[in-house]
Amino acid sequence: MINVVRAELVKLKRASLSLSTLAAVLFITGLSTSLLFLLVDSPEGNGREGIRISRETLELPTGLSLSFSNAAGLLGIVALCIFAAQTAQEYTYGTLRNLLVRQPSRMKVLVGKLIAMKLFALVVVVSAGLVTFALSYLFAGVKDISTQSWGSADARANIVRTFINVTVATIGYGIFGMILGLLFRSPISAISIGVIWNLIVEGLLSIFVEDLAKYFPGQLLSTVALGGTEEISYQYALFTSYGFLAAGMIIVAILFKRRDVSN
Amino acid sequence: MMNTAIDVRDLSKKYGDRMAVSHANFSVPMGSICGFVGPNGSGKTTTIRMLLGLITPTTGDGHVLGEDISEPEKYLPRVGAMIEGPAFYPALTGTQNLVVLAKLGGFDVDSVQGLLEKVGLGDRGDSKYKTYSLGMKQRLGIAAALLPNPKLLILDEPTNGLDPAGIQEVRSLLRQLANDGATIFVSSHLLSELEMICDQLVMLREGKVIFTGKTTELLAAQQPMVIARPEHLKDLTKLAEIAKSLGHQMSILDDAVHVKGEKEFAAELNKAAFAAGITLASLAPVQASLEDTFFEMTGEQS
Repeated sequence: MINVVRAELVKLKRASLSLSTLAAVLFITGLSTSLLFLLVDSPEGNGREGIRISRETLELPTGLSLSFSNAAGLLGIVALCIFAAQTAQEYTYGTLRNLLVRQPSRMKVLVGKLIAMKLFALVVVVSAGLVTFALSYLFAGVKDISTQSWGSADARANIVRTFINVTVATIGYGIFGMILGLLFRSPISAISIGVIWNLIVEGLLSIFVEDLAKYFPGQLLSTVALGGTEEISYQYALFTSYGFLAAGMIIVAILFKRRDVSN
Repeated sequence: MMNTAIDVRDLSKKYGDRMAVSHANFSVPMGSICGFVGPNGSGKTTTIRMLLGLITPTTGDGHVLGEDISEPEKYLPRVGAMIEGPAFYPALTGTQNLVVLAKLGGFDVDSVQGLLEKVGLGDRGDSKYKTYSLGMKQRLGIAAALLPNPKLLILDEPTNGLDPAGIQEVRSLLRQLANDGATIFVSSHLLSELEMICDQLVMLREGKVIFTGKTTELLAAQQPMVIARPEHLKDLTKLAEIAKSLGHQMSILDDAVHVKGEKEFAAELNKAAFAAGITLASLAPVQASLEDTFFEMTGEQS
């Protein structure tokens, strides 16, 4: 299995993928952090879905990691695209046959790929966290927001919690992408269906239909990143979302193991 | 000591109502270069995929390097393969593509440069795969197949896209590998290619094995031929009748009479045609090629 991970990392480390991912992460986290801080006095709000996050809230020990957890949904979309593309491209390029000749155990190939992509997602989340924290300090200075409590033990504990939650959520989105990649065997189909589902179907339906967010994996993963909400507890979001993902992975793993590789 | 590198018994693969491979039986002796011939869609690639554990047979069984094909992990580390043309990651360089496969198989990554040089890509290893010509892609596919220093090399149409010099190089490489003790199972639609390098042949048509044995046996099965072309097309039927009256099997093809017979028969036919008032524009004894034999056996048009 370690051989599969090492081989996958060669693909994931290539400049075109790693640099474009880094650029996307910088853009997403930069946008999320700048909107949160620079629009702090705007009556239209500065948080998700027009929610207003006040100066006082930002000055709390949790203020430093707020934009990080807010950006988790978009980081998740990046992970979904990467996991889906890296999985489905093996079919479109025809490279799956090479992989399976060199490593006939299909489960090892699948799990090795997943571990390698999780490591990649971890690097993405760490990069995003570093950018968010640096920009938070920068924009707090610009908007005269006190950062005194951001260095406290509470703040540090909150950063660790947020980092773990965002990582779990981002990887969850990635697994969703991998499931779609294995199911549709085409990067374009997997990514477009994944993005449309998360941003449009789940996003719109959960706004208009009460309590529906409780049953949507994407919405639940966003809740995990936020550490739970008033409506959905952290534990429920974590176990339900990962329950969906585990069921999905089992189905596609069986398909992957049994399907003939004829392309 | 194993005598056969590949041994297939009653192997079949069915897709819906269509039999892609039907009850195939053949074996490939260790150390041989065995050609796998058949028209497009005859089931060559499906058979190769079954041998490599990529497709599950519907019925039948097979052994590769003495191991059952249902347990490919037992023999694939000793097998190199290129299936249905080369397939690599376009955004990676040639070297990176081979490193991916070397790491995956647990092979020595340091051998990659040597393999690139062996297939004539030593100075293009740092170029991205997407910039490669078809011939270069094919060479990279062969290099990838050589990564495990294979006991058995399975190559599906390895000379596709190569120029004549490249084809000659591949031919030499295969001979060299066979001399080093590797068994080579190579498919091609270029029958002349296989005739030149293979000592064994497996011929497939519509999923069925129609010949398996030594190349020399196949050639011996085919009689030599004399091709006579009359000066005037109107004499074609008359010339065919003369050949038939002389006790030889004949057929009319491409405005010429093809007569089965030794080269000495050419003089006899010439005399008989002259006596009948037919002038021959050309008269040539030909050595039967594998292609002629193949088309005769399969009923395909050349």
